[in-house]
Amino acid sequence: MPAPVREAPIRVLIAKPGLDGHDRGAKVVARALRDAGMEVIYAGLRQTPEEIVEAAIEEDVDLIGLSILSGAHMALFPKVMTLLKRRRATDIPVFAGGIIPDEDAARLRRLGLKAVFGPGTSLEQIVTTARGIARRRA
Amino acid sequence: MNGPPPLTPAARRILAKDRATLARVISAVENRDPAIVPTLRALFPRAGPARIIGITGPLGVGKSSVINALLAHLRGLGRSVGIIAVDPSSPFTGGSVLGDRIRLERRPGDPGVFIRSMASRGHAGGVAAATLEVTRLLAAFGMDIVLVETVGSGQVDVAIREIASTSVVVLVPHLGDEVQTLKAGLFEIADVFCVNKADLPGADLAAKDLRELVSLAASREGWRPRIVTASAREGRGIGELWAAIEAHEGYLDAGEARALAERRRISAELLGLVTERVEREVAEALASDPAVGQLLDRIVRREIDPHTAAAELAPPARRRSRRR
Repeated sequence: MPAPVREAPIRVLIAKPGLDGHDRGAKVVARALRDAGMEVIYAGLRQTPEEIVEAAIEEDVDLIGLSILSGAHMALFPKVMTLLKRRRATDIPVFAGGIIPDEDAARLRRLGLKAVFGPGTSLEQIVTTARGIARRRA
Repeated sequence: MNGPPPLTPAARRILAKDRATLARVISAVENRDPAIVPTLRALFPRAGPARIIGITGPLGVGKSSVINALLAHLRGLGRSVGIIAVDPSSPFTGGSVLGDRIRLERRPGDPGVFIRSMASRGHAGGVAAATLEVTRLLAAFGMDIVLVETVGSGQVDVAIREIASTSVVVLVPHLGDEVQTLKAGLFEIADVFCVNKADLPGADLAAKDLRELVSLAASREGWRPRIVTASAREGRGIGELWAAIEAHEGYLDAGEARALAERRRISAELLGLVTERVEREVAEALASDPAVGQLLDRIVRREIDPHTAAAELAPPARRRSRRR
């Protein structure tokens, strides 16, 4: 294998916490990040915050993307942030997308989420933001 | 050399079962970070040849589901399990969607399981360049069994054989007639065949074709591949599958087979590592060494031919090592 050490690809975990079954948005975003050259670990539907954080640590991701449509974001996202803190993994940035009212989005940003995307966000904007906030490797 | 090489802080943390450190060291291996080599060096003598079970087979035959069923079976037996799931990288963008984790179920926080998704990153043969080294890290981390899921394989994706102690080829009914089983490549590397989706009609016929294949072939160093039918989704046949894998591992331990296979694997690994070094050195020399530049000019002027020049550039391996 030729050895030109290319820049390491960004690894990103895409997961859907909670119980809603609509994963089209998450899949579209996963696909867009893949096409942007990232390695996307797609964890899929119905993930608990514990599973998400465990996967993020095992997969050593540079970024976590959470998708939610059920309205349970204010219950589930803070849990993810707390668990990341408990596992000393707060260097992994988190972004989210879905149906999230503006006032909730502001509160989530205060909790440490780096970006919250609503309906109508362009994939280009998501990819650019993801690149901008992803953890840099030492 | 006297005694094992000193432990690095990362090696010490991996031996102490620190998952985050293991995850980061795996990334460093994938990213070919030279700074990680002392850690690999320190861990190598501290883990013997592990039980590495390769799960391969064409796209969509249920490799992830078979691994999920094996995972539950092995945790039931109290064995710890490391899993490496390889998926392809895009040849166009280098990006990848690693989706095997979805099918793997486990108890939250189970310390006896470590799952890692891995992109092939342009490596051919169904695995990634880093896969072998990562199986060693998982063994050093204390995993009893390492399961490696390859990329959905074509007929010639046989690189898993250079990694796994037992290779399981997963198939499904109606993949083709019995002539397919005579073809070279994938069918040659199986230590165990698993006909999955045995709830579908035609599984018996597929198993019969495989039995004929196996009976026609000469046994390979005293082992005849076992054939198991299973339905991973229904959990049927998984005990039998594990028994067949264990039988092969037992065969490896009974005689010289494990040592011979390990030697063959390490020989392939060394070839790869040395080739990589030489390639890097020669590429650098071609780009910047003035003496090599003159050699290039002489070839252009037809004063020397490329074969002779190549022999000058690449001294034999043993002479090189003596010089060091």
